[in-house]
Amino acid sequence: MAKVELTRFAAVRAILRSRWPQLALQAVLLGGLLFTILSGLLGTPVGSHNFGIVYVWIAWWGSLILVLIPLLGRGWCSVCPIPLPGEWLQRGAVHGPSGKGIGLNLRWPRRLRNIWLQNAAFGLVAMLSAVILTQPAATAWVLGLMLVAALALSLVFERRAFCRYLCPVGGFIGLYSQLAPVELRVKDRAICAGHTEKTCYTGNGEGYGCPWQVFPASLAKNTACGLCMECLRTCPYDNLALNLRAPGVDLMQPTGRRLDEAFKSFVMLGSAVAYSAVMLGPWGGLKAAAYGVGSPAWLGYALAVLALAFGLLPGSFYLTVIAGGAIRRSLTTARRAFVPLAYGLVPLGLAAWVAFSLSFVFANASYLGPALADPLGGGWNLAGLAGVSWRPLMSGLVPWMQIGALAGGLAWSSGATRRIAVQTGYPAPGAPIAFSAALTMALLWLLLG
Amino acid sequence: MRSVLATPRRFMPLVVLGLAALAIVFVPGPAVPSPSGERMIHVEATNFEFLPGVIRADPGERITLELSSNDVVHGLYLEKYDLSLTAEPGQPARLTFIADRSGSFRFRCSVTCGALHPFMIGILRVGPNWLLWRAIGLSLLAALAGALTLRPWPKSS
Repeated sequence: MAKVELTRFAAVRAILRSRWPQLALQAVLLGGLLFTILSGLLGTPVGSHNFGIVYVWIAWWGSLILVLIPLLGRGWCSVCPIPLPGEWLQRGAVHGPSGKGIGLNLRWPRRLRNIWLQNAAFGLVAMLSAVILTQPAATAWVLGLMLVAALALSLVFERRAFCRYLCPVGGFIGLYSQLAPVELRVKDRAICAGHTEKTCYTGNGEGYGCPWQVFPASLAKNTACGLCMECLRTCPYDNLALNLRAPGVDLMQPTGRRLDEAFKSFVMLGSAVAYSAVMLGPWGGLKAAAYGVGSPAWLGYALAVLALAFGLLPGSFYLTVIAGGAIRRSLTTARRAFVPLAYGLVPLGLAAWVAFSLSFVFANASYLGPALADPLGGGWNLAGLAGVSWRPLMSGLVPWMQIGALAGGLAWSSGATRRIAVQTGYPAPGAPIAFSAALTMALLWLLLG
Repeated sequence: MRSVLATPRRFMPLVVLGLAALAIVFVPGPAVPSPSGERMIHVEATNFEFLPGVIRADPGERITLELSSNDVVHGLYLEKYDLSLTAEPGQPARLTFIADRSGSFRFRCSVTCGALHPFMIGILRVGPNWLLWRAIGLSLLAALAGALTLRPWPKSS
């Protein structure tokens, strides 16, 4: 599929270059975030009626996993309100490059320039998820902590260190943004090579240097590009383009494949399996263990989730890849192929989260009306929605949508695995494909069995 | 002439897989037998779980479901059968229905009962779960489609 440059359309270019539409959306979302925190702390403690719980974990989460990531990749990051207060202080301005910011502006430590911290942060959230997803105060505290952490890091380190290296959400959005049908790339690298000022990285009067610490000319994948559009504003040669492209082409990029990103795909797959079992399964003991933070049962649950995500899945995938290589007498190639082949699991990982979220979101979507009608639990009935009774939506259709997502994800993963195998010289793509198929069967059993 | 014939041949595996997928989706499962038996199933709702969490019925069986609660008010909504009942503590509620759909059906608590309420889920299994088998068949076909019919990309230099 040939790329289509969206920014060649004057209206699209104008909207993306202007700060106003982005700022307006960010301001609304920042207001929503602060209200969400407030409702979590002051509103009703009943999760399924609390505005914060319902609008974060049903409306926002559903939109993110089912629409935003598959279609726009890191589109959410371009308007996310969490880094804004810190970024505004760091820049000393809200709108454009005009003020003098505050902060130490240190460089992020070299040893931490990877997503291991994001993997750990997501693991921590996964261990506490049964509480975070159901207790309004816990959701409020998590959002508040993220806001404070982003602000603190903005005052100590340069640019968006929180988003790039710590945000537990940003980590998996980056991983799955490789599948998105949009990308931001330079049009002609020769122009960048001849441009000594590199204003896309250093900034100028039109905009800031890349907040995500990326030199746009080196962009080969979506993972670290936050789609903030600053480079579109700072490039004096109009050499940046937002393109429509074939989904998933980043997976075939032979450069920049890393162990931390490979592990992210296992962490996400493991969490999807764990969440499906805990939240959608019929096992009350498992739910109680996940909810009883601090109890021995919870400790067992947390260790099991971590072992699955960080040990069992990557370990069994490694053994599968090695076994395939051993059968074809190509062990050295197999060891080298482990990380590249793990990228083949990325489509299945997103599909697993889509399948899990379909069930979770549609079963609970009817809480949206009442939570909006009485967002602070004061007995209000705004727009007459307070009386809307709970009912799962599209319960006949959701299983087929889950089957479509998982079967499509498996097909995509199998195709990507085969291509990566050809690319790396790995002789037995059937082995990792069988691994993906087995994982898909497990998910199908959890969701439909 | 050769290229005209070659093009459809390239798509033959996809056509075969597509037909197999259609067969998996649309071939009907065995008919549900007419009502043959009667059974009472007691389900206890307590502390965000149904006990038992999984209940089984034979296709065509006449089921009387009794829901009791020993902590707070709980509800039970059975998906696809579109049935619900509510039980207050110490006051069991009953409903009777014929298990005329086979498969695996979630039932959820329909009355907000506390923190884990949205995840208070049980499963009713009636006869064979053809949807799961169809899903497994479709997924295996999808894996084959991905692995066999896509042309590999050129080896990277």
